[in-house]
Amino acid sequence: MKYALLIYSKPDWRDGVSEEDREAMFGEYVALNDDSRCVASGQLQPVETATTVRVQDGQTLTTDGPFADTKEVFAGYYVYEAGDLDEAVQVASRVPAARIGGAVEVRPIVEM
Amino acid sequence: MAEEAAQEAFALAAERWPRDGVPDNPGAWLTVTARNRAIDRVRRERRLAEKTRLLEVPEVTVDEIDDTVIEDERLELMFTCCHPALAIEAQVALTLRALGGLSTEEIARAFLVSEETMKRRLSRAKVKIKQARIPFAVPADHLLPDRLDAVLAVIYLIYNEGYSGNVDLAAEAIRLGRVLALLMPDEPEVQGLLALMLIHHARHEARFEGDDLVLLEDQDRSRWDREEIDAGRQLLDRAIALRGVGAYVLQAAIASLQAEDQVDWEQVASLYAQLSRLTGSPVVELNRAVALAQAGHAESALDIVDQLDLSQYQYLHSTRAELLRRLGRTDEARAAYRRALELARSEPEQRFLAQRIAEL
Repeated sequence: MKYALLIYSKPDWRDGVSEEDREAMFGEYVALNDDSRCVASGQLQPVETATTVRVQDGQTLTTDGPFADTKEVFAGYYVYEAGDLDEAVQVASRVPAARIGGAVEVRPIVEM
Repeated sequence: MAEEAAQEAFALAAERWPRDGVPDNPGAWLTVTARNRAIDRVRRERRLAEKTRLLEVPEVTVDEIDDTVIEDERLELMFTCCHPALAIEAQVALTLRALGGLSTEEIARAFLVSEETMKRRLSRAKVKIKQARIPFAVPADHLLPDRLDAVLAVIYLIYNEGYSGNVDLAAEAIRLGRVLALLMPDEPEVQGLLALMLIHHARHEARFEGDDLVLLEDQDRSRWDREEIDAGRQLLDRAIALRGVGAYVLQAAIASLQAEDQVDWEQVASLYAQLSRLTGSPVVELNRAVALAQAGHAESALDIVDQLDLSQYQYLHSTRAELLRRLGRTDEARAAYRRALELARSEPEQRFLAQRIAEL
């Protein structure tokens, strides 16, 4: 079954993280992407580049900024093929964002 | 010490076994609400909880999550019901429904919610298990310690609910503990939790005299269930033989010592010290102070108590009050009792504290 791993992180996560550590983390993200179980992934550009779109009465309304105005922002995702939730959670626990104050939401994807 | 009944905090601390410290909302503290319900129960009916017997293998009625679950799969079921991906209320409800053999209506009553609410809670949990594919399995070795902790926590939570809505949840927890002990005979904390529950439960008929709480030292020991204490001690021995030094084993050891005719308070204090190092809980430290005071070290006990960050915890103040009283610092004792009285939530406890103040 496919699981979406939705990554949330604090925009200022780089503060207090050494160049070395950042490189190491980048390597971990790459490894997670290279895992054979990874079906898709994407790293989103910073939240300042976000635009939110709604349609009301046939009118398209665009506003500057992300949908959710929270401290943690949706930063990227993986889609993983996993046997059960425990496996998906194990993968999620290795996402670097999870251990520096961010979080990973794990949700099964509807089978089409 | 030919002392008047142990001060309320001492005995109630011994009766309470909190291990995780004080929650932000004291009203949510299960053991307090359990005690209040126990008081209500005594008022409404004098019927006592069914005694549980060690060798009786419980009749387990299983509610299938997917398929019919056979006996051998009870352990898997327990881990599934107590999966951390489920909300804790769901874990508790599912465990009671699938393994405890309670009806949805009984569980609803025990937790003071409508049957509809409980039905929905159970149904949502089952949907989540299905949709998110929570595995029906005993966790792999490297995950087992944390997951077993979760199972034990659910059982202990149920135990602390006590008697509620005509449902004896303490007995249900003991039953669940027995099933788990049979299925995991080599896990010391599993044996430890069952030992703790049995030894604690053995005293339940002596805890109330009418509507009044009876302190540990005042309890009519002839009303203690000796078989339960012996059964608990056997399990404790087994847990110790398995080299168990976890929180439940420690608490069971403390409970066992406190069931002796002559309590070795120094030993109790030393066990609380171990438990304190393990849990970092200020409430455990409070209990340790109580044990030290009972061993005759009131000054040291007060030093410990004064350093605890538990200002909203009534038993901190009642403990302080008793220690100050023993040290002859009557005015300070009175102030501390008053503070405890302000925080006391149950009528019997309020009466007890008011009485203490009057006696100063």
